Amino acid sequence: MMVIQKKSHFKNTLKESLRMAFQSIRDNKLRSSLTLLGIAIGVFSVIGVMTAITTMESSIQSGLNVFGANTFSFQKYPAINIGGHGSRKKYRKRKSITYDQYEQLRERINTAEYVSVKGGAWGKSIKYKDNQAKRNIALFAGDEWTARTYNTFIDEGRNITRDDVHYDRKVVVLGGDALDQLFPFEYAIGKHITIEGIDFLVVGIAERKGQSFGQSQDNYVIIPITTYLHHFAHNRTSLSITVESYSAELYDKTLDEAVGIMRTIRHVPPDEENDFEVVSNAQLLDTFGEFTGGVKMFAFVISIIALLVAGIGIMNIMLVSVSERIKEIGIRKAIGANKRDIITQFLAEAVFLSEIGGIIGVLLGVIGGNVVAILMNIPAVIPMDWVIYGLVVCSVIGIGFGIYPAWRAANLDPIESLRFE
Amino acid sequence: MVDLIKLRGVKRYYDVGGEIVRALDGVDLIINYNEYISIMGPSGSGKSTMMNMIGCLDSPTEGTYEFEGEKVHEMDDNQLASIRNRKIGFVFQTFNLLPKLTALRNVELPLIYANVPREHRLEKAKEALEKVDLLDRMHHKPNELSGGQRQRVAIARALVTNPSIILADEPTGNLDSKSGVEIMNVLDDLHDEGNTVILVTHEAYIAEHAHRTLHILDGKIEDDVRNNRPKTKIIIQEKNTST
Repeated sequence: MMVIQKKSHFKNTLKESLRMAFQSIRDNKLRSSLTLLGIAIGVFSVIGVMTAITTMESSIQSGLNVFGANTFSFQKYPAINIGGHGSRKKYRKRKSITYDQYEQLRERINTAEYVSVKGGAWGKSIKYKDNQAKRNIALFAGDEWTARTYNTFIDEGRNITRDDVHYDRKVVVLGGDALDQLFPFEYAIGKHITIEGIDFLVVGIAERKGQSFGQSQDNYVIIPITTYLHHFAHNRTSLSITVESYSAELYDKTLDEAVGIMRTIRHVPPDEENDFEVVSNAQLLDTFGEFTGGVKMFAFVISIIALLVAGIGIMNIMLVSVSERIKEIGIRKAIGANKRDIITQFLAEAVFLSEIGGIIGVLLGVIGGNVVAILMNIPAVIPMDWVIYGLVVCSVIGIGFGIYPAWRAANLDPIESLRFE
Repeated sequence: MVDLIKLRGVKRYYDVGGEIVRALDGVDLIINYNEYISIMGPSGSGKSTMMNMIGCLDSPTEGTYEFEGEKVHEMDDNQLASIRNRKIGFVFQTFNLLPKLTALRNVELPLIYANVPREHRLEKAKEALEKVDLLDRMHHKPNELSGGQRQRVAIARALVTNPSIILADEPTGNLDSKSGVEIMNVLDDLHDEGNTVILVTHEAYIAEHAHRTLHILDGKIEDDVRNNRPKTKIIIQEKNTST
């Protein structure tokens, strides 16, 4: 009697089917590779876009950590305004955040490690002798905490101090770019530069932070906020106030307290919403998340369409494959293959085809996405989750579009098939 | 003891473009173990349908067919596949080997569907190839073998599951006479070893190998005759002198 092992039956036929699938793909190289190409392009587009987005996300996250941990800011306008022109009007009507408000907040708050104030402008004329700094150098105005809010340390010399702010001294800390442009060959500390014709003493140089998204993060100078207000501000100037909590646990408490104090200072009635923006890392990440979410959705839809087309290609090729192998199917049935055996064989071939296409697509996609990332100066990543989704989707496509040809093969009449030449 | 094959009032009608073709029109037949039967008849007689019916490739429109007591007429496609796999060894006129598989893999194939583990499969396939004296050619593909060798691979494939009957449809039809004799000798030997062999042919000298000949005409068994033991050796001599 024959040895019957029910369990191994599926494994047996599956192994045999995979072998057959490999053979059949090898025997029809051109046809198979064209089909593979369809799948590969579809998968490539998903993986490519997802790799690019993942790299951007990870660098946005590190880039947004310009704010130190546990910090939040108050400002008149939101950090990112997606609403367009109409909504900007609403913000413009708000009262400015003033130096006075900053001082009151600093006096009253109990749970903050520090409260820092910040202002600034672009396009000011900054000069040392004949060296003119480029117009993209930002003029930051702040206090002793401002460097810290940018996660920046002082490399040489000293930071802006409380006294500098108190006595509105004309001192300046240079960012790396400003240093390069103003003092290409000279030692900067102790020298006087001019900002809009006013003399400032260079007291410190900030550590270099390099680039993020291809943009320099060192293109600034910092002067005391009070000096800035005296010489460069007008009556509409609105400042931003940054608060850092003692710890992550205290963050919510600090935020609540600070918001409460700000509302009191600005006389916001209890039933009205804040007339200022609260900006934090979490909130910025949310806003970026909305943006990348949209791009992801778009890429997803495009990819689905591409994969659908590729799937139709698979189905086409499998139908051809079935009609070319009618005789073979007849022989297999005559010697005892049942419907499931035939279905398994042809499904395995379809899944095998689409998986190979999928793997090629994943490889190209990861490479392509990372090339984009490297061009944008972002560290490369492999979006493992999307790689897995991609390959799973390929199997689904192989099965989904392979099932009809396989079903047709399984239901061929053995007598007719055997007679087929 | 159960009959090996028992057909009772088997009819098989086809609907060909609205016209009913009575391929089998009431067949009663009993075949016992270790019989050597030939089925003869002109083309269109229902000979092929008869073979397909006995080979469980087809089911009767009417009537009953029992194979070792199993009711074939009540079986669905998968049960038919299973009984073909377990109990019937087919030998076709055109060999019907899979061209891309080696002789060994071709012989192994029924065992895959019979769910035999790989080690046993290879062992059994080699045994079957040895029986037809082709062990030295087992790694050749069909197109690297002669017609006679291909048919012997096909016979090995038919034997490998140790079936209850060997059903050979014009097994020598595509062979030169020398290879034809060779194949008939293999089939004769298989019968001598105790197998049940059923031959479908329209050649009288092939049919003579069998001990019993069924003549089919218009879908009915016209004649059922017992032969004397045919003289196999004489046929070989005849063929040898003619070449």
